[in-house]
Amino acid sequence: MQGYILKRVLIAIVTMFVVLTVVFFVFRMGAADPVSIMLPPDATPKDAQKLTKKFGLDKPLIVQYGNFLKNAIRGDFGASFRYSEPALTVLFSRFPASLELGLVAFLMALSIGLSIGIISAVKPDSFIDRFGRVFALGGMSVPSFWAGVMLILFFGVTLRWLPIAGRGSLLNFIMPAFCLSLFPIALLTRLSRSAMLDALKSDYVVMARIKGVPEIRVILIHAFKNASISVVTVIFGIFQAMILGSVVIENIFSWPGIGRLVLTSFFFRDYPVVQVYVLFVTFLVVMFYLLLDIVYAYIDPRIRYQ
Amino acid sequence: MKDKQLDTENEELLVLKDVKTSFFTKKGVVRAVDGVNFTISKGEVVGLVGESGCGKSITSLSIMRLVPQPAGKIVSGEILFKNEDLLKKSEDEMRRIRGDRISMILQDPMVSMNQLLKVGYQLGEPYRYHHKVSGSLREMCIGLLKKVKVPAPESRVNDYPFQFSGGMCQRALIAMGIANGPDLLIADEPTTALDVTIQAQILKLMKDIQRESRSSIILITHDLATVAQICSRLLVMYGGRIIEKAPVKTFYKKPAHPYSVGLIKSVPVLGRPSGRLYSIDGQPPSLLDPPSGCRFAPRCTQAKKPCFEIYPPETILEEGHKVSCWLY
Repeated sequence: MQGYILKRVLIAIVTMFVVLTVVFFVFRMGAADPVSIMLPPDATPKDAQKLTKKFGLDKPLIVQYGNFLKNAIRGDFGASFRYSEPALTVLFSRFPASLELGLVAFLMALSIGLSIGIISAVKPDSFIDRFGRVFALGGMSVPSFWAGVMLILFFGVTLRWLPIAGRGSLLNFIMPAFCLSLFPIALLTRLSRSAMLDALKSDYVVMARIKGVPEIRVILIHAFKNASISVVTVIFGIFQAMILGSVVIENIFSWPGIGRLVLTSFFFRDYPVVQVYVLFVTFLVVMFYLLLDIVYAYIDPRIRYQ
Repeated sequence: MKDKQLDTENEELLVLKDVKTSFFTKKGVVRAVDGVNFTISKGEVVGLVGESGCGKSITSLSIMRLVPQPAGKIVSGEILFKNEDLLKKSEDEMRRIRGDRISMILQDPMVSMNQLLKVGYQLGEPYRYHHKVSGSLREMCIGLLKKVKVPAPESRVNDYPFQFSGGMCQRALIAMGIANGPDLLIADEPTTALDVTIQAQILKLMKDIQRESRSSIILITHDLATVAQICSRLLVMYGGRIIEKAPVKTFYKKPAHPYSVGLIKSVPVLGRPSGRLYSIDGQPPSLLDPPSGCRFAPRCTQAKKPCFEIYPPETILEEGHKVSCWLY
């Protein structure tokens, strides 16, 4: 088990290093020259030279790459052009808002999706199953920006029940969190339903019933534990997607999270912030998959004992 | 087979009266079990023989009241277990009987074990849900593994099923089946998924356990050799019905039903060069809206007109030997 975890950690470190490298070269090649963006239109070529030298952009690419890695390890990703603060600080100041919304949406998706899915599988063709199937189809096909706008129109403008923008009270959560979790609820419903249907048909479930195991335990211990293996991967994917913030939802509901930050930073050509956003997102994704591998091993002994 | 085993206590443990189990599918009603009657006495080992899809497994699942839902349903009949009709019991009463008074072993040991739960946990379940348990069942589980002769039970009890071989899994399943000393053990093709050498070991184990516990056993199989080894009596099932009931010895000497005759003929005999092995022509019948006459008639060489029209009643040939065929 320790060897297994160590291996996963090493893989995660290598992945991070590769991502850093790719991000460095993509931004050097793709982005517009930062010097020309930062200087006022009436600056002289001499000023430009000075700034180029200040940022070390006159040095060979490989040296710049070395400096970039060195700074990255120390947590220095350059300063935001717009806020004249370290880019990472800017990002972190906005992250709690995204995290908060993401967690609420994630918990909604998990509790609603899994319960509808499991009940549908246990009682096929019941009311819940029929409702779940329609909801899942709708949730997967309706784009979140449309659902968001419609919610605002109905509950915000017509009924005036819910605030349409910003963060603050609990009421502010309802619409953006629901919009964000719409697709995951649909996905989890369908997935947990089919995984549970498969598990409930299996011989080990029949065997558990033969042994006189109470039905609720047959469902939760014997069937759900097996079904959860295929569901866990998706749950992790959803968790990660939720807390990394949604560019679309945060902009529709003016939610001050990192999704909104990255869009405005693009408009202002604030590349350090965009770059640190990309790195931060990949870092979290890598961490999630590391955690996922460990959780897998915990659920499924076959992985642990390999 | 010893005569002692033939001479059963003659006390009826399980009586099936005209049990019908159907599957309601989109294509129509599949009559998987279509009016089955038989009696199992206390301490008796009975073989239920028939080809795949003849309704053997559904018969046993009907006794357990575990017919696959929602398509399957026990339509009519009575299943008397110790003179109480199982079909009239509530779901909770049934749960208390399952794994305690009646238990069952499924045919594929590897997929009948939950791969994510320790063998010890799964072994303890029959006891845990039928008794008040305080503390660990570890000792009891080790004892069970010892009983079914799994080597090194003290460490094996902590293993997961995927660390067990097929034969060991089957032993563990048998241990679960006998954990509460059931009155009736149904073994649904317990050796089909195993190697021939392991098959012999498992059969011997079952024989030993039966001798010790005096449980009744219904052994479901399509292998006549298995039946000969441990059963005293035999039920032949075809197309959802029992067509012949006979003591094993009588059956081998003079099978009555043309299908049974065909079965015996198609068993290869060691040392007798027979050239091409005998086989019964035709396909087993579809149980989707079966005809009213004898199910075997279309494949039967001796079929006459009434065979296709009216189902033959049960004829008693001699003590304990009954057959459903118009020839008698």
